[in-house]
Amino acid sequence: MKRYSGFGLVKHAMSHHENWERQWRNPTPKKQYDVIIVGGGGHGLATAYYLAKVHGITNVAVIEKGWLGGGNTARNTTIVRSNYLWDEAAALFEHSMKLWEGLSQDLNYNVMFSQRGVLNLGHTLQDMRDIQRRVNANRLNGIDGEVLDAKGVQDIVPILDCSKNARYPVMGASWQPRAGVARHDAVAWGYARAADSMGVDLLQNTEVTGFKIRDGRVHGVHTNRGDIEAKTVGCVAAGNSGVLAKMAGFKLPLESHPLQALVSEPLKPILDTVVMSNHVHGYVSQSDKGDLVIGAGIDGYVGYGQRGSYTTIEHTLQAIVEMFPIFSRVRMNRQWGGIVDTCPDASPIISATPVKGMFFNCGWGTGGFKAIPGSGHVFAATLAKNEAHPIAAPFSIDRFNSGALVDEHGAAGVAH
Amino acid sequence: MFHIHCPYCDEYREEEEFHPRGQAHLARPATPDTTTDDEWGGYLFFRDNERGIHHELWVHSVGCRKFFNITRNTATYEIHETYKMGERPSVTAENLPDSQHQSGVQAATSGWQTVGARPESASLNQEEQV
Repeated sequence: MKRYSGFGLVKHAMSHHENWERQWRNPTPKKQYDVIIVGGGGHGLATAYYLAKVHGITNVAVIEKGWLGGGNTARNTTIVRSNYLWDEAAALFEHSMKLWEGLSQDLNYNVMFSQRGVLNLGHTLQDMRDIQRRVNANRLNGIDGEVLDAKGVQDIVPILDCSKNARYPVMGASWQPRAGVARHDAVAWGYARAADSMGVDLLQNTEVTGFKIRDGRVHGVHTNRGDIEAKTVGCVAAGNSGVLAKMAGFKLPLESHPLQALVSEPLKPILDTVVMSNHVHGYVSQSDKGDLVIGAGIDGYVGYGQRGSYTTIEHTLQAIVEMFPIFSRVRMNRQWGGIVDTCPDASPIISATPVKGMFFNCGWGTGGFKAIPGSGHVFAATLAKNEAHPIAAPFSIDRFNSGALVDEHGAAGVAH
Repeated sequence: MFHIHCPYCDEYREEEEFHPRGQAHLARPATPDTTTDDEWGGYLFFRDNERGIHHELWVHSVGCRKFFNITRNTATYEIHETYKMGERPSVTAENLPDSQHQSGVQAATSGWQTVGARPESASLNQEEQV
């Protein structure tokens, strides 16, 4: 792999940028690997990268039925933050945040991580009490956070309607300055390129059709390109995790829902931070290209169609216009839906399964993007050592039988 | 948007009048005192999450406010039937012969362009020939 640099950019400019090498190979599947990762999205690619880099396991295949980063990695609102309430979740998301902060250098790939801060608005007294509690919990966990009043919010976002005339007046917000956004495709591509350069095989257009399981132990996978053997299989398939679990013969505590987002036509810079509101149910940021990136809620029913319902969009845009009257005549350009696997306690599952050698990393629900580096890092450790990484341990499937849930509905909410 | 037939009102109404309440036909453990943690966990949290035919509970929340069941394909979003509480579904994944509906995978031969609701007219889905 040739390193990317400013000098390289100038050098390639001489040849009209026609001689850049491919970012990753397109290998044919081998018969046997040490570890197979099912799912080539951000989490799967990050897992492969950290397996190779941290644990020296390079005989790894990432199996993806479509193309790399073409699922929810390409369909989210790219918000990165770590202001979660409970210690377990805070540890996981803050671990991720720390990796984000050095990610571009680590991968030699500009993931355009921009720490522009995230506001979580409060519109009621109860909202403000919850915000206070969460910020205090964050600070005890070493995560930056501040409670702002309405004036403090207005100072940061002048175009936000903080008047008393709003249907749900803004009373304040929590503010995490280190939070921000990143370029979603670059994250997948950066991990893919770096993993490939260490010898990981990225198998695109390869669909897992079943698992080879003998005596309660996984021995490999069946795919549309033949059987591939491995003693360790990690499934990182987001919305389709339930379908994979069914192939392997067990159930997961997940439900898959469509979650949609939309972007507007490009505008001149107008919003330099991320504004989220759980109460009125909408969140918005502005991309470097100038589009407003708006996130909606999930559809309440189980669905695998990668599109959402119009009532949900309408509801979200009502909230956005309520918060930002100035956006009322902005036209929307594109709208899309991804399938998110939601857990009953709004926390992910990083866990061993009833099948020996098979591990699942799923249940990220509506907020998996921010966790890509942390999730990949702890899941790689779990796969390499065959036992849960300390940060991943509380997120075992067993918690749904023991009752030790990590209830993050407040910090996760709709607005992830 | 779904057009849902409420079996109690006996009318087709728009989706916004209804609210989904998850998987149907979940039986609460009959003997709570002897039910194990695993069984409780299964009852409370573990769901079929089917890609394909799915039986689910809905409530006509701003209509008659009654609960009823829907059999729906979660990949194509086609609603096969609605039926009252206490009744059993007449359409199931087993008795539906069409394999395309069972697997819930988008079939290129069907002429549908997207995974989603079946269009009222097949011509709506034809791309214009240039």
